[in-house]
Amino acid sequence: MTEMNENPLDLLPEVLLAASAVLGLLLGSWLPRARQWAVGLLACVACAAGIAAASVAAADPATTAFGEAFAVDPVTSTSRIVVLGSTLLVLGLSFGPLRGHPRESEFYVLLQLAALGALMMAGTQDLLLLAAAYLLASIPAYTLAGFRKDGPGTEAALKYYVIGALLGVLMLTGITILYATGRGTAYPMLGDALRDAPKMLIATGAIGLLAGVLFKAGGVPAHFWVPDAVQGSSPPVAALLTTIPKIGALAALFRLGDVVFADSTLPWPPLIAVLAAASMTLGNLGAFFQQDVKRLLGYSTISQVGYLLMPVAVAGRSDLAQQALLYYLAAYTVTNLGAFAVVCALPHAHTLDDYRGLAKQRPLLAASLVICLLGLVGTPPTTVFLGKLEAFSAAFDGGYAWLAVLAAANTVASLFYYLRWIVPAVSRGGSSSSADGDRAERVMAYAAAAISLGLGLAGGPVLDVLAGSISH
Amino acid sequence: MLTALVFVPAAVALLMFALPRRTTPTVVRVVWILLSALELALVIAMWTGYSTNGGMQYEQRARWIPSAGVGYHVGVDGLSLPLLALTCLLFLACALYSLRENRRIREFAALFLFLETTCLGLFAALDLILFFVFFDLSIVAMYFIIAGWGHRQAARAALKFFLYTFIGSLALLLGFIGLYLAASPHTFDMVELTRQNPLAGRSLYGGLVLLAIVAGLAVKTPTVPFHTWLPLAHVEAPAAGSAILAGVLLKMGTYGFVRIAMPMLPEAWRRYALVLVVIGVLSVLHGALVALAQTDFKRMVAYTSVNHMGYIVLAIGAAAATADSSAQARSLAVTGAVTQMVSHGLLTGALFLLAGVLYERGRTYDMDSYSGLAAVAPAFAAMTGIAAFASLGLPGFSGFIAEFQIFTGSLGPRPLATSLAVIGILLTAGLFLRALRQLLMGPLHLPDAPGTPRAFPDIRIHEGLAVVPLLVLAVVLGVAPRFLLDIIEPASRSVLELLAR
Repeated sequence: MTEMNENPLDLLPEVLLAASAVLGLLLGSWLPRARQWAVGLLACVACAAGIAAASVAAADPATTAFGEAFAVDPVTSTSRIVVLGSTLLVLGLSFGPLRGHPRESEFYVLLQLAALGALMMAGTQDLLLLAAAYLLASIPAYTLAGFRKDGPGTEAALKYYVIGALLGVLMLTGITILYATGRGTAYPMLGDALRDAPKMLIATGAIGLLAGVLFKAGGVPAHFWVPDAVQGSSPPVAALLTTIPKIGALAALFRLGDVVFADSTLPWPPLIAVLAAASMTLGNLGAFFQQDVKRLLGYSTISQVGYLLMPVAVAGRSDLAQQALLYYLAAYTVTNLGAFAVVCALPHAHTLDDYRGLAKQRPLLAASLVICLLGLVGTPPTTVFLGKLEAFSAAFDGGYAWLAVLAAANTVASLFYYLRWIVPAVSRGGSSSSADGDRAERVMAYAAAAISLGLGLAGGPVLDVLAGSISH
Repeated sequence: MLTALVFVPAAVALLMFALPRRTTPTVVRVVWILLSALELALVIAMWTGYSTNGGMQYEQRARWIPSAGVGYHVGVDGLSLPLLALTCLLFLACALYSLRENRRIREFAALFLFLETTCLGLFAALDLILFFVFFDLSIVAMYFIIAGWGHRQAARAALKFFLYTFIGSLALLLGFIGLYLAASPHTFDMVELTRQNPLAGRSLYGGLVLLAIVAGLAVKTPTVPFHTWLPLAHVEAPAAGSAILAGVLLKMGTYGFVRIAMPMLPEAWRRYALVLVVIGVLSVLHGALVALAQTDFKRMVAYTSVNHMGYIVLAIGAAAATADSSAQARSLAVTGAVTQMVSHGLLTGALFLLAGVLYERGRTYDMDSYSGLAAVAPAFAAMTGIAAFASLGLPGFSGFIAEFQIFTGSLGPRPLATSLAVIGILLTAGLFLRALRQLLMGPLHLPDAPGTPRAFPDIRIHEGLAVVPLLVLAVVLGVAPRFLLDIIEPASRSVLELLAR
C-alpha cells in the first residue's frame, strides 16, 4: 500500500459542513432568539463554500483519501454538489416557517448533519465508514421528522425511527458477514476477495447491506416509512427526506455494484433490476388515488427511486450507467425539490382540491408546479427527460431492455396521478387557499423550476463532466 | 431562417405573458394574427428559395448534448416543406377563426403559438431527440387546449388523448434508443442514422425497433386499433383545436413513417410492409363504416380522418413491395401519401372549423337537429359542400390528386388491398352526401334547446377568412398540383432509394 494520504483538505466540503454544524450549535446557544437566523446564514455560507470546493476538486483527477476509505471522483463530486445545492434549497425553504422558532438553530444544525451523513455515504469506499455515515444521515433525520412535536410528526418520526433502527441492525449484520467473508471492509479489497467466496455468505451479507442502503434510498422493499414520514413532517423536512439521503444512498449503491459485487458470484445486476422494477411499479400504484399532495409526492419518490436504480443495476456493464445515474440524480433532486417548494409556498393547501384555481391567483407558481410535475413525468425538455433518456439507454445497453420497457410503461402510468394534481391547479374557480407562504419559498420554487428547465436544455456540458472514471 | 421560423412563435407566446394584465384582448388578437401571417410569409419565402433538385436545404446544426449523441439539427426537404407550409397556413386560419374567442384569450393565443413552434419544430427536426421533444410538447400543449377550452367532457377527453399519445411517444422513445445504440458511434442524428442504416442484417433487433416506432407513430396517426382516443378528443376540443389536431398533429405520425421508419429501417420495413398494408386497409374501411354510423357531425369528420390516414398507411406499405412492380408506381404511392397529408390537412381543417361554426350557432353537433341550412346560410352551405365534396375525393380537388396517386401507385404491388380500399371512397361519398342532405336540404329546422339563439346567421367575415383560403388552396392543388408535386417527387424518389438498400 502506498503511503497513507491523510490530507483533510481532500474532504474540504465535508469538513466545512461539520465545522459549520458544530459552530452553529455553539452560536445558537448564545444568540438571542430573534437573531438565530445567523446560524442558518452560516449554514448557507458553508454550503456555498462547499460547492465551490467540490467544483475545484472535481477538476482534479480521481483520488482517494485516508487510505482508500474515501474516494474523490466524479461520483463523489457530483453528489457533493447536488447534496449541498439541495441543502441550500431546503435552507431557503425553512427560513420562513422557522423564523423566531424556539429551536431554530437546532433545525439548521440537524439539517447540516443529515446532509453530512449523505455526503459521507456517497464518498465512502469502506463498509465501516458506510455504517457510520448511515447513522449520521439517519439520526438527525429522525429528529427532523418529528420536529413539529405534533401528532402526525410524532408518528412520522416513530415510524421512520423504528424501521430505520431495524434495517440499520440488519445492515450491520450484513457488514459483519461480508467482513468475515472478505477479511476486510475496504471496497477494492472486498471486490477481489468476493470473487471466489461462498455464494451463500455473500448473498446473506449483501441482503443485509441492501436493507440499510435501500432504507435510505426509500426503495422497495424498505419503503414503508416514506409516505407516512413525508406526510407527517413539515414540508421542508419532507423535501429533505425525499432527496438528500437518497443521493448518498444511491451513490453508495452504485459504488457497491461497480466495485464490490461486479465480479462476485452473486447475481447482483438482476437483483437490483428486480428491486428497481418493484420500486417503480409499487410506488406508482400507491400514488394513484392519493388526495394529500405530500403523500402523493412521497409515493412518487418511491417510483423515482425505481428509475434511479436502473443505471445502478447496469453499473459496470454499460459505459452510460455512471453519467445516467448522476445526471438523473441531479435532475430528480432539483425537480422534486421544486415540487416541494410549491407545497411549502402554499402551507394551507393540503389536498389536491386545495390547488384549484392556483393558475388564476399565482400564475408563476402554477407554471412552476406544472413544469416540475411534468418534469417528474419526464416530459422534454426538462432535465428529468434527459436523465430518463440516459437511464433507458444505459438499461438497454446493459442488456436490460425489459426494464426500460417497464420503466416506460410506468412513466405513462405516473402521468395519470401527476395530471390529477395539474388539472385542478390550472382549472378555474374555487379560490380558497388565499393565505400564502413566504416570498422566499415562491422564489425557491421558481428557481428550482428554472434550473430544472435550464439544465435540461443545457445538459450537454454537464453530461461531459459526469463521464469521468470512478476510482477503483 | 428555419430556426427563426420555428422559435419565434414560442418567444412571442412568452412575451404575451409579460404584457400587463390590463392589455385588451384586441391587442392579443392582433399580435397573434400578425405573427401567424408573418410565419406564413416566412415559409412562402422559404418555398420560393427552395431548389427543386431535392436534398436537404436550409440546414442548421449546433452542438447540444454531444455526449448523449444529441444535437440541434434542422433542415427542410420535399417531405417537410409542404407540411411546414400547411402548418403555418392552418395556424393563421385558426388565429383568424378565433377572433371572437373571449375566454382567456391571452392564454389561448399563447398556447396556440407555442403549439405552432412544436409543430414546425417537429417537421424541421433532423435529430431524433429533437423530434421527440417537439412530439411530446405538442401533446402537452394540445392537452391544455382541449382541457381548458373544450366542451363539457373536455377533461376526460383530454386525459385520454394525453395518456394514449404519451404511451405512443414512449414506445417511440424506446425505438429511438434502440436505433441510437445500434449506430456507431452512438448518435441520434437522423441524417447520420439514415446514412449508416445501423440495423442492416439484424432482423430481430430491427423488427423490435420498428415495432416500437410504428406503434408510437400509429397511435398518433391514428390507425386502427389505436384510434379510439381520436373521436372523443375531437368532439370535445374547441374548433380551432380540432382543426390543428386533425390538420397538423395527425400528420406527425405519418410524417414519422416516411422520415424515420422507412429510411432508417429499410430491411425491417420491407419485411413487415404487409402488416402496414393490412392496417391501412382496416383503417380505411373501419373509419368509413364507423363514420357512416355517426349522427354527430364532428364525430363523423373525426372518423373520416381515420379513413384518410388509412390511405396514407396503405400507400407507404405498398411502396415497400419489391421488384415485381415498377419504381415509378411506388414513387407515385409515396408522393400520393405526402400529397394526401397536405390535402387532408386543408380539408379537414376547413371541415372542423365549419363544424365549429355550426356549434357556435346551434350549440350541438347533432345532425338530426338541423336541416335546410342552405336557405338561411348560403355561404356556409357552399363552403360545407365544397369541403365535403373535396374530402370525398371528387376530381378537381386536392383529395382526388392525392387518392388517385395512392391508388395508382398501390394497385400494382397490392391489388387486393387497394381494391378493398377503393370501397372506402364509396362509403365516404355516401356519408358526406347524407350529411349534406341532412344539414343543408329540406325545410328549415334549427335546434331549440333552451338558451340557444333561434336565428342561424351566415358565415361571418373572420370565419370566412379562415375557411375560404383553405378551400381555395384545395381547388388550386386539385387543378394545378405541379408546384407541390415538383417539390415532393424528388424527395419520395430518394425515400424509395433508401428503402431499396
